Amino acid sequence: MKHWLSKNLIRIYAAAAIFYILLPILYTVAFSFNDADKRNIVWQGFTLSAWLNPCEPIGICEALGNSFKVGITATIASTILGTMIAFALGRYNFRGRATTNLLIFLPMATPEVVLGASLLSMFINIQIGAGLVPVIIAHIMFCISFVVVTVKARVASLDPKLEEAARDLYANEWETFRRVTFPLVAPGIAAAALLAFALSFDDFIITNFNSGTLNTFPEYVWTASLRGVPPQANVIGTLMFVIALAIVFAGQVISKRRQTRR
Amino acid sequence: MSEKKKVEGDLRLDQVSKTFGDFVAVDDLSLVIPKGSFFALLGPSGCGKTTTLRMIAGLEEPSSGKILIGDTDITEAKAYERPVNTVFQNYALFPHLTIFENVAFGLRRRGIKDVNEAVEKVLNLVELAHLKNRKPGQLSGGQQQRIALARAVVNRPALLLLDEPLGALDLKLRRQMQIELKWIQTEVGITFVHVTHDQEEAMTMADTIAVMNNGRIEQMGSPADLYENPRTVFVANFLGQSNFIDGEVEASDGENLVVSLKGSKIALPKSRNNAKSSSLKLGIRPEKFRLHTADEKLTGNFLKGGVITDISFFGVSTQYLVEMPWKQELMVFEQNDGGAPDLEKGDAVTLSWEPQFTFALDGDAK
Amino acid sequence: MSIAHTSSSEKVFAPAKKSHRTAYLLLAPGLVWLLIFFAFPLLNLAETSTKTPAPSFETGEFVQTLRFANFIDAFSANQEQFFRSFFYALCATVLALAISYPLAYAIAFRSGVWKNFMLVMVIAPFFTSFLLRTLAWKQILGAEGPVVSVLQFLRILPADATITATAFSVIMGLTYNFLPFMTLPIYASLDRIDYRLLEASGDLYANSATTFRKVTLPLSMPGVVAGTLLTFIPASGDYINAQLLGSPGNFMIGNVINSRFFRVVDYPTAASLSFILMASILVLIVIYIRRAGTDELV
Repeated sequence: MKHWLSKNLIRIYAAAAIFYILLPILYTVAFSFNDADKRNIVWQGFTLSAWLNPCEPIGICEALGNSFKVGITATIASTILGTMIAFALGRYNFRGRATTNLLIFLPMATPEVVLGASLLSMFINIQIGAGLVPVIIAHIMFCISFVVVTVKARVASLDPKLEEAARDLYANEWETFRRVTFPLVAPGIAAAALLAFALSFDDFIITNFNSGTLNTFPEYVWTASLRGVPPQANVIGTLMFVIALAIVFAGQVISKRRQTRR
Repeated sequence: MSEKKKVEGDLRLDQVSKTFGDFVAVDDLSLVIPKGSFFALLGPSGCGKTTTLRMIAGLEEPSSGKILIGDTDITEAKAYERPVNTVFQNYALFPHLTIFENVAFGLRRRGIKDVNEAVEKVLNLVELAHLKNRKPGQLSGGQQQRIALARAVVNRPALLLLDEPLGALDLKLRRQMQIELKWIQTEVGITFVHVTHDQEEAMTMADTIAVMNNGRIEQMGSPADLYENPRTVFVANFLGQSNFIDGEVEASDGENLVVSLKGSKIALPKSRNNAKSSSLKLGIRPEKFRLHTADEKLTGNFLKGGVITDISFFGVSTQYLVEMPWKQELMVFEQNDGGAPDLEKGDAVTLSWEPQFTFALDGDAK
Repeated sequence: MSIAHTSSSEKVFAPAKKSHRTAYLLLAPGLVWLLIFFAFPLLNLAETSTKTPAPSFETGEFVQTLRFANFIDAFSANQEQFFRSFFYALCATVLALAISYPLAYAIAFRSGVWKNFMLVMVIAPFFTSFLLRTLAWKQILGAEGPVVSVLQFLRILPADATITATAFSVIMGLTYNFLPFMTLPIYASLDRIDYRLLEASGDLYANSATTFRKVTLPLSMPGVVAGTLLTFIPASGDYINAQLLGSPGNFMIGNVINSRFFRVVDYPTAASLSFILMASILVLIVIYIRRAGTDELV
């Protein structure tokens, strides 16, 4: 018994830790079914009405739409820019590596308050102010670093001999990239894009500084938190969670399938 | 690749050098590899053999010199423009493509639409047609190696380069693959250039061997030639083992030289002498020695006064270490065919050998 | 520092190509973006931090007077929040480490077929709005929530006490929010350990506790350091947790900067505070780089 306990103690602990991590998420999911209008704090009864009328609260779907607009644009731009940097860092030996590494790293280490404040300050100074475009610009900025980190790891694990073999077998530079390099790095790029989208979608502080009258979903929740967050916000939160989980598990199934076939 | 005049012929390297910063990897190398031969580049790690191979493949640019196939200068051509294919050391099979697509890769890049027949044929050659829909990750090392070979051979290149392809295989599989590679080469008729540090491998497979050291070719020739008549100490010690004993030329006697060897007089055929001065390093391979205990009538050259200090059993042969009166330990291999006397440590022996098995280098040769 | 890790069985290939031109072409767009929208705004902020209110005293109007005393004023007026921020961040980091290390260890060594699932669960919080999650905690820990009711029932808490609006709940919120940042780097480090090293340790007469202390723990240090930095730094600048789970008495320096920007339009003070915060963080980073170099950062 004692042996079983010592061996499995850490497993039991891990399960408890994971439950702790999931607890607020489960709460969020549960309360999306709550029969409450605005004050979604105490359980009042099960209902699907929030699910059936997701856009009922004013501004929620508009905010959601803005989040998607910003998210998709920022994801595409930052994935492209970040992937290019990752290739440069992972494949080439160039002067200025240390500075590049530092410049990529610093945005990840700077508090969001400082990032948001400094950007707003600059936008004000050059008379652009706040709004959709400044928010997108800001999101691209902070997503690049995360894309670089994710893709670089994948690039670093790519055997350069594979590209040499491709060239040896009559593939020129473009064909080598298209048929060998890109397919092998693609999972990393996909992961980076997902990460960028998640970061952008969920961002509050930097967005809050630079959005002005525009609202994204997190900003909607924040403002709503003062008077009462409607269950529809929980609905959206739950959907995000489920979709994201589905994507991740699908990704794992696909990558397992790629390694073996038939 | 567009339809150009087919590039073929002997491979010629003309004073090719490659430096990496201060380090000279390949030093003014010139050689000709005849079309259709099985050629081995043999040498220790860092001798420049792999760099040379990569320059032929186009994966490395020479610092100076020219590379030609027949009359065509390919020095400036990119790797994908050369009719040269490589079998890489770790196979470099594309993990995301099936075996079929791996093998078809080169054909497709050259614009060939119907690849089925060619791919099937070469997969049958390596006896792995049944695996064509698997991925490389599902194959064993030996199977991957054969697919890497098939992927190269299917393109019918003018030259096939092999970069230590058998290094990762276990001994038995390696021996088997050596025979198979040799057979495939004669079947297909392509020039093979095989880089290896394994001298046995080079000797069994190649028609011609070039022994490289520090970026240069020390000696080039047939395996027997290199083995029986090495021209430098390095070659003598790299291929098989050698015993070297210092001696002095004393006189000339017809076809032979009389050499004073640690107090004894032995005969050295003039054809076996590669030394320029009269002070010599005399080389005798361990398997050429014969051991004698009784004071029988001895023929050929002989050295008396040896004492056995070590005996090792090798199955096929037995290795003896014999300490001579001048405190040098000589190595002797005797075939375990019942012909050698029953010896023990501490026994006194005389060594004899046939004069034509001696080779002589300069006394101060390194 | 990479959160995106490679497992111990994957090889990593060092960059080899020498052609600089292609590298610079690839780097240019992204780096230029970062220079314009990260580096330059920070410099701009630095410039703002030494400004003073314009003679017209119009809201939002400032003139550059190179008043370096701004930093001293800002710091002394908000000392309390500064120290509180670092204290909360430190507590959160320590707690996160205590919770994460065993979890990371379990995933790396004791999870078997559940490994991928557990990793996904650790990242799961990323998939939901962190505001919603923090609000959920506010609910769970709130006066009408289950935790308070249970604790009051068990007489641990007095009848009218609350957990929210205390330092405790703010620290709890910070810990929770940054848990994945701590867990993943530690897991990455542990996962990279060649299990044969652990076998060798056992072979050399170490029991499992000693093996852990002398082999596993030191080898996981890079992950621990990375996780610590990735947790402490954003935590010290946070203001959401303090706002949602705390009261004005718990406000951190982030709250001050935010209000100085929006509520009291005092850009120079906000800028000065930002820089003092950044400076303290940079000190930490410099110490880290000294020991580990910059290649591990990205």
